[in-house]
Amino acid sequence: MNLWKKVCPLEQIPRLGAMRIETPKGAIALFRTRDDQLFAVTDRCPHKGGPLSQGIVAGHEVTCPLHGWRIDLTTGEAVSPDKGCVTRYPTKVEEEWVWIAL
Amino acid sequence: MKKPRLVVVGNGMAGCRTLEELLKLAPDRYDITVFGAEPHPNYNRILLSSVLAGETLFDETILNDPNWYETHGIRLHLGKRVVEIDRIAQRVVAEDGTSAEYDRLLLATGSSPAILPVPGNDLPGVICWRDIADTEAMIEASRNYRHAVVIGGGLLGLEAANGLALRGMTVTVVHIGAWLLERQLDRYAGELLQKSLEAKGLRFMLQTETRALHPGPDGRVHSVEFADGSRVEADLVVMAVGIRPNIELAQRAGLYCRRGIVVNDTLQTYDPKIYAVGECVEHRGVTYGLVAPLFEQAKVCANHLAEFGIARYTGSVTSTKLKVTGIDLFSAGNFMGSPQSDFITFTDPSAGVYKKLVIEGDHLVGAVLYGDTVDGAWYFQLIKDRQKITEIRHQLMFGPHHLGNTGHSGENRAAAMPDDAEVCGCNGVTKGAIVAAIKAHGLFTLEDVRKHTKASSSCGSCTGLVEQILANVLGSVYQPSNTREKPICDCTELTHAEVRQAIREQKLLSIPQVMETLGWRTPDGCATCRPALNYYLISTWPHEAQDDPQSRFINERAHANIQKDGTFSVVPRMWGGLTNPTELRAIADVAEKFRVPTIKLTGGQRIDLLGVKKSDLPKIWAELGKAGLVSGHAYGKSLRTVKTCVGAEHCRFGTQKSMGLGIRLEKALFGMWSPHKVKLAVSGCPRNCAESGIKDVGIIGVDSGFEIYIGGNGGIKTEVAQFLCKVNSEEEVIEYVGAFLQLYREEGFYLERTCHYLARVGLDYVKAQIVDNPEKRQALYERLLYSLQGVEDPWQKAVATQDREYAIMEMTE
Repeated sequence: MNLWKKVCPLEQIPRLGAMRIETPKGAIALFRTRDDQLFAVTDRCPHKGGPLSQGIVAGHEVTCPLHGWRIDLTTGEAVSPDKGCVTRYPTKVEEEWVWIAL
Repeated sequence: MKKPRLVVVGNGMAGCRTLEELLKLAPDRYDITVFGAEPHPNYNRILLSSVLAGETLFDETILNDPNWYETHGIRLHLGKRVVEIDRIAQRVVAEDGTSAEYDRLLLATGSSPAILPVPGNDLPGVICWRDIADTEAMIEASRNYRHAVVIGGGLLGLEAANGLALRGMTVTVVHIGAWLLERQLDRYAGELLQKSLEAKGLRFMLQTETRALHPGPDGRVHSVEFADGSRVEADLVVMAVGIRPNIELAQRAGLYCRRGIVVNDTLQTYDPKIYAVGECVEHRGVTYGLVAPLFEQAKVCANHLAEFGIARYTGSVTSTKLKVTGIDLFSAGNFMGSPQSDFITFTDPSAGVYKKLVIEGDHLVGAVLYGDTVDGAWYFQLIKDRQKITEIRHQLMFGPHHLGNTGHSGENRAAAMPDDAEVCGCNGVTKGAIVAAIKAHGLFTLEDVRKHTKASSSCGSCTGLVEQILANVLGSVYQPSNTREKPICDCTELTHAEVRQAIREQKLLSIPQVMETLGWRTPDGCATCRPALNYYLISTWPHEAQDDPQSRFINERAHANIQKDGTFSVVPRMWGGLTNPTELRAIADVAEKFRVPTIKLTGGQRIDLLGVKKSDLPKIWAELGKAGLVSGHAYGKSLRTVKTCVGAEHCRFGTQKSMGLGIRLEKALFGMWSPHKVKLAVSGCPRNCAESGIKDVGIIGVDSGFEIYIGGNGGIKTEVAQFLCKVNSEEEVIEYVGAFLQLYREEGFYLERTCHYLARVGLDYVKAQIVDNPEKRQALYERLLYSLQGVEDPWQKAVATQDREYAIMEMTE
């Protein structure tokens, strides 16, 4: 059962930036892309557990700060040749506030 | 609007490579049709020798399967030979009547093997080796017959002979030249090669001319007769005496041809609507029979087909590598030399090693390596780049030593490594995995291998090994990567140098502006190009360009060093490596208060607080700031530390006050961003306790003044710093060092350490700017001072502005 939770005002996350959220389900990385789409995934790289929220965002991808794995935020899958995936969480923006479904 | 139509005649490596390059640049520009005379999709012709030798299956050589054509909306006509080009109606017609109209036509008809004009050359059992059908015929023959004669001791002939011998045939190689591979090797290396191949069981007849081929009672070839009347038994004859460009189609259409279809530097034929690439073309009087030049042509041709119009093909320097397992040979450039050439040679007969370098004036122009080819890629690059080698001439024979010793047990010969040996110690990639990826995915470059296997993509110390493996698998096709011409990343065609120049000359001030002006392919760039662009902007236009935190690596964005568990480390600056009770007390207090789990001394004489939560960083900095401690920039591509010895202040041997000078230098350079990290050291006497010899800038005090050394490195590959000059006063040290670092800041490529920068531009160049030209030196130093004006401590700034970077959301049930 997904529960929508209010996170923060949209303007608190810079474009091509991220926010780390500590939740009972573990840390979640919330990304804002250039086109103002929001993506939420587990903040753990499938490679060696690096905090994806600290990576560089480009397009709909984030590059892990530890060893440079790239994760496609639309699918949660690592970009080839790497293999692995992260859990995605639904997000939405209402009246300039960011929501996430846990 | 209807798309213009592009028709490609020839479904081989050159034609398809051009399409691949074109699709990268302009995926939707053309409606594309491809005609291939063979019934197969595009396959990797150069792996045919490996198929013959039984090391690769044909299916593994497929480069683009039918799906690839379909995905890209390409109409593919297989098994249809084009027989007519109607240039007036702009239409091509195939044997079976299939036709296609074009707006642009690309001819990539390749070449055919030359056939010796001797009686019996059409007998059954006589094969010219070119395609997969010939390869299969040879494999078939090896099952049923015993005696093979290969005519031609060139690359193809020797690979054929090796493959047939591995399949159990008795093989004789007949060669008209005085030694093997006379177009690729000098006599000495050719003779060494012959010995190695004889040891594998091959037989050779040199300076022997074939006169006729005779049939046996069954009508199949049975013997080969030579000019002296002698005969050798043969039930399979493979002719490998050269290739002939396929120009008949072009000739019939009235296109100007000489030996090949004549093209200009844009790969255009005499008909502006028709382009040609590959073995069928003649460019500046030269035809090529190796794949590497074809790839260079493909890239240029695609650029023009995409109507970018900025690329020129000016010819290729080729290199050679024989694909015979267990034999290491390499040659490049003008390896025979001329009466004006100098030769440096090295021979070690019992180890089977021979090396010859050909030098003309200040340049390396050719090289032959036998038995030890580890440095081949480096020599080839020196030849291609026409880099001046005067300064390194005395050590040229001993290679670049760029192959580090870490992570691969000091192994430096890929050919001798077993498949399960680890090549890349960072990512745990074995030789077998790399070879498999090269074959399975049709990889040709170091970058391809990095992308597919991750090998050599981290610290890079195994790059030389990976290049060797590529060379061993691909043979002469392999082209060492050319860093000078390499684009920054997949987002652009432009090199670091071109981007730097554009930013300077067009006064570009932000990343979006750079990407827009220079035609970036991706809207946001990527994690490779954005940090580089950000650095180029702020270093070229200080106080004007926008610094973009989102384009900085996390360490620079958060001003601390990320650790494997996502915590950070904090390293306060201790000027010149000196501290005092107040600072130590402050550090001890925050360590206790914030429960810092690990405290460690760094190699640069600083204290490292490890395991700090990101949200605690500003709180720790606020307290450290009260004791006067500022950021050590231990996280950035910037000034790291100035390490000092005790010096004349206390040491009984000291000649200069190294601590004092170290502090002055560190304060002068505080907050300086650079292409990569910069480390300094100051020693007070030649005993050099501060290890000045392995720093980006090292100062050694002597009785009469200071010696300045630059470009040292203690990292993956230890690099000893080079002597720049000697000066008399501390003021001069600061000016000279500042000027050198500014030169590096202005000209270095992002992530290029000073040692690599120095290797690229040469010490003489740096001396000319810094030592011999006082005006230039002062101007450089002033530009450094200008960019350092008003530098703030990033820690105190983050504390004062309550930077949101460190905020963490917490969410409960």
